[in-house]
Amino acid sequence: MTPRAPLRGLCAAALMAALLLGGCATTTPNTENPRVASDPWEGFNRKVFAFNEVLDEKVARPVAETYRDVVPQLVRTGVGNFIGNIGDLWSAANHLLQGKLQAGVEMGIRFVTNSFFGLGGVLDPASEMGLTRRSEDFGQTLAVWGVGAGPYVVLPLLGPSTVRDSTGLVVDRQVAPSVLFAAESDRYAMTTLEIVHGRSVLLGTTALLSIVALDKYSFTREAWLSRRQDQIFDGAPPLETFEDIEDSNPAPSNAK
Amino acid sequence: MIQTLKTTLTRGLLALSLGLSIGGAALAATPDALVRKISTEVLDAAKGDKGIQSGNINRIIELVDSKVMPNVNFEVMTRSAVGVQWRSATAEQRSALQSEFKTLLVRVYSGALTELKDQTVEITRTQPVTGSTQVVVQSEVRGKGEPIKLDYRLDRPAGSPDAAWKIIDVNVGGIWLVQSYRSQFAQELTRGGIDGLIKALAERNKASRG
Repeated sequence: MTPRAPLRGLCAAALMAALLLGGCATTTPNTENPRVASDPWEGFNRKVFAFNEVLDEKVARPVAETYRDVVPQLVRTGVGNFIGNIGDLWSAANHLLQGKLQAGVEMGIRFVTNSFFGLGGVLDPASEMGLTRRSEDFGQTLAVWGVGAGPYVVLPLLGPSTVRDSTGLVVDRQVAPSVLFAAESDRYAMTTLEIVHGRSVLLGTTALLSIVALDKYSFTREAWLSRRQDQIFDGAPPLETFEDIEDSNPAPSNAK
Repeated sequence: MIQTLKTTLTRGLLALSLGLSIGGAALAATPDALVRKISTEVLDAAKGDKGIQSGNINRIIELVDSKVMPNVNFEVMTRSAVGVQWRSATAEQRSALQSEFKTLLVRVYSGALTELKDQTVEITRTQPVTGSTQVVVQSEVRGKGEPIKLDYRLDRPAGSPDAAWKIIDVNVGGIWLVQSYRSQFAQELTRGGIDGLIKALAERNKASRG
């Protein structure tokens, strides 16, 4: 047991406690404005969001852009495949934990195929064979098991999450690619590569968000929560009714 | 014998013409046929256009404007995103809101399309939304790596079975756009009312062009 393990355990325990104290509440509509997701910790979240933005602008984004510009596409695809392959094994486990046998088996076959015929996961022959990646993480498993999301929370460095998904993240990190390495420095290097690569993949999306958001914080929150629902329900979330304002009165004229 | 031949021929022609007319009407009518048509047109045009392939956003905006936007009901989208304050907006304000929101949505949709290179679109599911006349058509953009989800919510005026289906919301990668803008609109409306919202939208559109 490395000295870091007890700290991880403590974080997990703290998050679980917050979850239980929160009463396992689902993300209920905001009572003041029912059209907006509940965000009881908005004040705190906005501060962390602002902090993350600065860190992103000064450190994460420049490093990711350099990575994108300097490292050849082929190599970056290989890195993505390798990281994704480790993830596929964990996804398989989560599919099974959620009772989805076929998906679990398919992702398991993906992992085995790519590990043996894909040079340890650097190549992705499984996708060519028609087995598409369906990612799952422990937060989604908790959701399927009925655990409520809890309040929306912006984590330092890690970004948008909910109390439930943060707990899931702690579990996910136990099986991250860095655990493959014995030496501490190698683990840090792998985790750094994961972060840089992950950030580089999102460069287009975050650039677009900056252009089209009236308020980045709100848009990020709505978009993240919407996407999370989609992930939990595997692309088929319950269809919400589309609110339309009935308009029987003609528009008042501009007589001012 | 000639009589039966004539009957058969007449019946055959009748069936053929009926089939054609029904087929013709159906092709224009069904939501998933519409989505398939739009998606194919957009991808085909994108494949053959060097400007689009190189990521020229203005070319993509032109493409989206010509192929997709005629099938979108912007009034419903804007109304839904604005909420109850729509009722107290004047005709000029409504028109301004609609026009600015349209520009913004075209920008979002086009921006999402710059990531497309060599893909095919598959319609995965068509679902009616219970308790309404709406339909959600789910599709996936498949290429290398994980497929990208692209869903459309469509509706048509109640009581007109021959009216064209129009898109009233788009889901890109799991994010419903109109829904995502509701909270931002609500914030701007609280801050500066309808005029404040129009101003914020106009500023955003100006910044995105520069």
